[in-house]
Amino acid sequence: MMNLTLKIWRQKDANDKGKIVDYPISNISPDMSFLEMLDVLNQELIEKGEQPVAFDHDCREGICGTCSLYINGRAHGPETKITACQLHMRSFKDGDTIYIEPWRAKAFPVIKDLIVDRTSFDRIQQAGGFISVNTSGNTQDANAIPIEKENADKAFDAATCIGCGACVASCKNSSAMLFVSAKVSQFALLPQGQVEATDRVLNMVKQMDDEGFGNCTNTGACEVECPKGISLENIARMNREYLVASFKG
Amino acid sequence: MSKLDSKIPEGPLADKWTKHKNDINLVNPANKRLIDVIIVGTGLAGGSAAATLAELGYNVKAFCFQDSPRRAHSIAAQGGINAAKNYQGDGDSTYRLFYDTVKGGDYRSREANVYRLAEVSTNIIDQCVAQGVPFAREYGGLLDNRSFGGVLVSRTFYAKGQTGQQLLLGAYAAMNRQIGRGKIKMYTRHEMLDVVIVDGKARGIIARNLVTGEIERHSAHAVVLGTGGYGNAFYLSTYAMGSNVTAAWKAHKRGAFFANPCYTQIHPTCIPVSGNHQSKLTLMSESLRNDGRIWVPKHKKDVEAIRNGSLKPTDLAEEDRDYYLERRYPAFGNLVPRDVASRAAKERCDAGYGVNQTGEAVYLDFASAIERYGKEQAFVKGLNVEDKAVITKLGKEVVENKYGNLFQMYEKIVDQNPYETPMMIYPAVHYTMGGLWVDYNLMTNVPGLYAIGEANFSDHGANRLGASALMQGLADGYFVLPYTIGDYLADDIRTGPIPTDSKEFDDAEQKVKGDIDKLINNEGTKSVDHFHKRLGKIMWNKCGMARNEKDLKEAIQEIAELRVEFYKDVFVPGTENEYNEELAKAGRVADFLELGELFAKDALEREESAGGHFRDEFQTETGEAMRRKEFQYVSAWEYKGQPSEAVHHKEILEYENIEVKERSYK
Repeated sequence: MMNLTLKIWRQKDANDKGKIVDYPISNISPDMSFLEMLDVLNQELIEKGEQPVAFDHDCREGICGTCSLYINGRAHGPETKITACQLHMRSFKDGDTIYIEPWRAKAFPVIKDLIVDRTSFDRIQQAGGFISVNTSGNTQDANAIPIEKENADKAFDAATCIGCGACVASCKNSSAMLFVSAKVSQFALLPQGQVEATDRVLNMVKQMDDEGFGNCTNTGACEVECPKGISLENIARMNREYLVASFKG
Repeated sequence: MSKLDSKIPEGPLADKWTKHKNDINLVNPANKRLIDVIIVGTGLAGGSAAATLAELGYNVKAFCFQDSPRRAHSIAAQGGINAAKNYQGDGDSTYRLFYDTVKGGDYRSREANVYRLAEVSTNIIDQCVAQGVPFAREYGGLLDNRSFGGVLVSRTFYAKGQTGQQLLLGAYAAMNRQIGRGKIKMYTRHEMLDVVIVDGKARGIIARNLVTGEIERHSAHAVVLGTGGYGNAFYLSTYAMGSNVTAAWKAHKRGAFFANPCYTQIHPTCIPVSGNHQSKLTLMSESLRNDGRIWVPKHKKDVEAIRNGSLKPTDLAEEDRDYYLERRYPAFGNLVPRDVASRAAKERCDAGYGVNQTGEAVYLDFASAIERYGKEQAFVKGLNVEDKAVITKLGKEVVENKYGNLFQMYEKIVDQNPYETPMMIYPAVHYTMGGLWVDYNLMTNVPGLYAIGEANFSDHGANRLGASALMQGLADGYFVLPYTIGDYLADDIRTGPIPTDSKEFDDAEQKVKGDIDKLINNEGTKSVDHFHKRLGKIMWNKCGMARNEKDLKEAIQEIAELRVEFYKDVFVPGTENEYNEELAKAGRVADFLELGELFAKDALEREESAGGHFRDEFQTETGEAMRRKEFQYVSAWEYKGQPSEAVHHKEILEYENIEVKERSYK
């Protein structure tokens, strides 16, 4: 069992200035997940009649992309290739001090405490992250176009992005290039995505810029902190797509 | 005379859907612009329905409690989606998928609905590929398949262990296209708290903005609920933390019948509970049973040695292991359906053969698969097929390629490497086959109120087969509802916008505000979770994998008492005019406390064993579920103020195309 000191960002709402508040916590089992540790804290706060710490979470198995904690200066905490909900307390030791903050980016304003507004990501997808095909049930047979396994697998790897925003939170420029390039790459690697390739990349990049995300300076922090291991290759691929589209468009 | 009209079309089974589509009314494209549809929930069912209805021209308002439609819990579905494509040439057909689903559901589903589901299953795969969903492929570039429980063909399409994610992102992309065109207005971080009935028809909802706390009125010509299942009544489950029954339950309280609440799927392969702090359980996909073998030790002395750490499972000799599924069900082996596999695990653990400290775990072992794949690969590559190290290395690579993300998930949670030592697994609540009663058109008994996906009861009977939830969600949303809703809306082309300043909206809003006031101003001492955990314990112990009359009667009593205590002693911090997760949770738990009682009441009424509903009193000599002909009906409950007063209606199930027989997987 561990005793810890938590230093947690508390901010009442978007207009509040916010500050770090200290919370000592004891009897934490190494088998608990990080979010279960926060559950314990919140139950204690509620029993004392205080406001629990607001944080985003849902599936608690690393796939919905809802959880978004900046733990000890790293998106999703000290381990790699996992989300905060998959982080377990065995990654910490008795007596540790743990800083917990929200994602910090102009395009992700804080809603409350550790919760941020990521609807900017949705708006980027709305600008072009789709293939325009109606759900008529009359599309051609799924096996009509064979797709090279290597490209299908790469498209899948890009498509496993969970949209959590760790890439933005980890980037010194708050760039969303890894997120946007994952979607652009998924479709660029598939024959179905070719028809709208030009508009897609131009529109998505424009929306990304309009939302206030920063520029990419190829530092690669995003790839390191991405819980799904989305590769920087996707950014290179998007840059090529963008260049080609700019000449055409 | 029963109030339930299932509206199954006349004619031969295989022609019903085509004939029905030809017979129903259509709404012309110009008139669709005059019609509003509200869709609550944006998972596979709600998301695909929203995209398709918007594409057809209706004005769609879509609501989800998550911060983005991409995060609905369909995202967590792992293994795959069934479709009767017969790409493997192994004898699959629409009829066989239909037959497997009805049999898998223990003859408690509606033939016509299931046949339609099997019929449209192939369209789903075509549609998803056209949308750019990256399904797994073979080296020749064509789509790959695998097998799931309860079937003898390979008809499951998949994207590693993330099929639900890829399908949901496909539906999300289709929605985004329509949001961009202005045809869907998306309301995220909104929770539906009531449905508004005007002149007997569903005409809108009351929703709470979860960020500001504001109570909003939204009107439409029809309301569609795609709000998922109610497994979180058990507190611990594989559902997301936010999954809840509130939308469906409010609809029930406004007159929609709730069907078969006791049919719950307890999935056999989940990571066991590790302690009291546990907030949720994690599934290990059924697809793992393609390659994993389930076993416990044959002898109690080995069980003891494993529990106290003096024996490693990998050191136990082959002849000292009991591969109990292979022993009991030689034809289907490790791929028996979920209800059968779960009960068999419980039987072994109850008999004292559980392999972890709590005695509630069995092994899922990949050693033979690693060896088999390793030998294959060594042969293909021209390497020495007798070299153990080479085989193990190559075999692990194959297994990683198939199930890598699942193995990683397991290792992160349990801190053991499943490539080296067998996984420990135990059954957990995973899906609910019960839900709002709907007719063939997916409309509840309240005109204009529809339920799709897991939120309805219609296709899975008493037990759902693996990889069929994704199929049903997308079938309902992409290919069924868009036709059937038009038939109803054809009468509304001259209605004009539904006003929100009517008495009905006033009343519904007052009711919602009153409920919130009661919770937030309650001077209690205990947290919402305190009550939710206690409800979960009652549900698991008395309405879980095995039920009996005594336990169910106690459960009914205890849940009713707990509900009284909840309203007396729950404490909800904060105010109603802000982001307040505790308040949202309190409302959801209040509804679970009512649903839980109806659940137990339904289980008590059903004096038979069928699929996920197992009554101790009704089993064969070998411990298999004993169905009873006199219970061949759907139970649909009508709300009358208290769960104890709910009125029971029956929809008798007729089987004209399938012979109802003993369900055997031996």
